[in-house]
Amino acid sequence: MPQLEIKDLHVSIGEKQIVKGLSLTVRSGEVHAIMGPNGTGKSTLAKAVAGHPSFTITSGDVLLDGKSILAMQPDERARAGLFLAFQYPSEIPGVSIANFLRAAVQARLGEGEELDATAYYKRLYSKMDMLQIDRKFTSRAINDGFSGGEKKRCEILQMAMLEPKFALMDETDSGLDIDALRIVADGVNALRSTNLGVLMITHYQRLLSYIVPDHVHVMWDGRIVKSGDKSLALELEAKGYDWVKNELVPA
Amino acid sequence: MSDVTETESLEPPIADTVDNPVSGIDQTAGNFSYKMDYEFDAGTGLSEKTVRYISSVKKEAPWILEFRLNALKQFLAKPMPTHWATKDLENINFDKIRYYLSSGQKPKRTWDEVPDDIKKTFERLGIPEHERKFLAGVEAQFDSEAAYSNIKDIVSKQGVIFVNSTEGLREHPELFRKFFGKVIPTGDNKFSALNSAVFSGGSFIYVPKGVKVAQPLQAYFRINAENFGQFERTLIIADEGAEVVYMEGCTAPKFSTSTLHSAVVELVALKGAKIQYITVQNWANNVFNLVTKRGVAHEEAEIKWIDCNIGSRLTMKYPGVVLKGRKARGEVISIALANDGQHQDTGAKMIHAADETTSNIVAKSISVGQGRSTYRGVVHIPKHLKGCKNNTECDALLISPNSRTDTYPAITVRGDRNSVQHEASVSKVSEEQIFYMQQRGLTEGQAMSLSVNGFINDLARQFPMEYSVELKRLIDLEMEGSVG
Ligand SMILES: Nc1ncnc2c1ncn2[C@@H]1O[C@H](COP(=O)(O)OP(=O)(O)OP(=O)(O)O)[C@@H](O)[C@H]1O
Ligand SMILES: [Mg+2]
Repeated sequence: MPQLEIKDLHVSIGEKQIVKGLSLTVRSGEVHAIMGPNGTGKSTLAKAVAGHPSFTITSGDVLLDGKSILAMQPDERARAGLFLAFQYPSEIPGVSIANFLRAAVQARLGEGEELDATAYYKRLYSKMDMLQIDRKFTSRAINDGFSGGEKKRCEILQMAMLEPKFALMDETDSGLDIDALRIVADGVNALRSTNLGVLMITHYQRLLSYIVPDHVHVMWDGRIVKSGDKSLALELEAKGYDWVKNELVPA
Repeated sequence: MSDVTETESLEPPIADTVDNPVSGIDQTAGNFSYKMDYEFDAGTGLSEKTVRYISSVKKEAPWILEFRLNALKQFLAKPMPTHWATKDLENINFDKIRYYLSSGQKPKRTWDEVPDDIKKTFERLGIPEHERKFLAGVEAQFDSEAAYSNIKDIVSKQGVIFVNSTEGLREHPELFRKFFGKVIPTGDNKFSALNSAVFSGGSFIYVPKGVKVAQPLQAYFRINAENFGQFERTLIIADEGAEVVYMEGCTAPKFSTSTLHSAVVELVALKGAKIQYITVQNWANNVFNLVTKRGVAHEEAEIKWIDCNIGSRLTMKYPGVVLKGRKARGEVISIALANDGQHQDTGAKMIHAADETTSNIVAKSISVGQGRSTYRGVVHIPKHLKGCKNNTECDALLISPNSRTDTYPAITVRGDRNSVQHEASVSKVSEEQIFYMQQRGLTEGQAMSLSVNGFINDLARQFPMEYSVELKRLIDLEMEGSVG
């Protein structure tokens, strides 16, 4: 069974150590939630796994289906089935959603294989309809001038089009209105049944009532300090981070 | 005499992501050359003898020889413009250049008559196919002379003249002489003087009153020989109310020594006429490309330059429009891509000389690696005029930390009855943007290519489809190649 394995991962930026020995295994079809205070290293973890060049992995490993991906370029990791829904998606002026996704889909085809434009647009429109994104967005430049919520929906649209095996979703819920949250959650749940594994970073219990996680992890200062089932999120919400700090973090 | 030298095999370009890909002229396939025995060769170096040789081979009228010899004097007398331009100009060795190479002065009217090697060259570049598909006429210049030149019957029946400059001078001397050298005088700059001394090839076009040429006319300039200088001379006259679109493409193989391309292009748009001049050039990175281009727009006439500069070692080119008649319009759309070791020094000149004239300049430059791009603009509106407008927009995109861009706008607008708008921006492709695109599965090269294409997208959309596809392909190739 396909799985994404993070093994005793240490990540630093420059001299500064951010992720300090984190282990986690996500299997196909599972949803893992990571919660933790600001600045604890959640986004760093996600970007390092995706291969961001600013982050150095000083020790540990990341395995996709048993094989280390650390030597792979970010685009190779992506084509191998890893998707990152960014907390702060970049704006790419002048590059339309339609052209960008088309290039991304084409990049996944074999050599000499040509993309079927009609089929591509049909699929794109059906995913947009599912996520209730206006079809006019196809010709808009990616994230350029998008509202916060539009950016997040656009991330999910890309995820739906690229059909990854594992998705790292970094605060996809922040910025979404209530309806959009439900739409996005429905989208993720639909993909989940097709064996998508999800690592979901969030601050809010609310998302987890729509996308019910199999596992919840609490992250503190670069490490996972507690793991549990969905009830852990409720407990965390009730008790706050002081509880984590005082009772879970080894002195 | 045939012997193809493949200097380097180019990788196939990545697939287009344009919605309806059409195959354009394939300038990406330009890196090859044939060993030729040239029947006419002016030898190496430049002297009065060289000039006399060229003129006699062309059997020119005495006034043309006079014109050339006078130009040679001016060329020799003028200093290199290194007080404002790059010192790299000093590396041009005029004594090592061959100024005239041809296998005959009369171009063929059918591809069947074109000698095999030359025909093969243009076939590899996709010209004959392109001609069949969407052009009203084609001129294909190989080194100094046109090897092929033809115009569709339907267009020539309208009275349109489309020949090379050699034929133009011979067959339409009065018309030619009336306008020749009037828009760009010999002494305009050192390189216009050089061109005036040794010019050969280029197009002569006359579109009669009220005739609108439906399809574009195309010229293709090919350098095949090493150490060669190509000096085409183009003159386009659109009579009152006439309309024409002219497109040029240029390539040369990658030689180890440098090559010089120094053209002069003059446009005359008489009352109410429209000329659109489109260039997409992809010179090898050792070509000095020093070109003077200017048009005169009479009353209510319109001249639009679309100028895309890719490749070359140094390009210096500032297409201009002299807005001579009331309500004349001028436009320059310029795209320049400077890769490692290249300097694109480009811009535009708008000289307002009548009331209610308008001009628009949009220049976008991209610097990659150690590439350097410079924008130089001149907008001149004298005080006594009224109702004139200029809009200038120049945007630079830097791809790497070492890339460089400079902007030198010179806007002299006098009087309070005229208006100008000037905007400039410099942006960078950030590491975050590249990572974002890579995370979606695109390689670093594809990601850069996409951002560059995005940067020029609003301009490229105005081009004929074949040319925007071509431009995109060239950019993709440049960007793919720039990733280590
Ligand atoms: N490029 C960088 N240079 C320097 N420090 C950085 C950089 N990126 C992140 N950091 C630091 O690393 C730490 C972890 O940041 P990270 O973005 O991973 O936190 P997070 O857990 O995602 O927080 P949030 O909940 O606010 O999104 C922070 O202290 C942050 O300031
Ligand atoms: Mg974060």
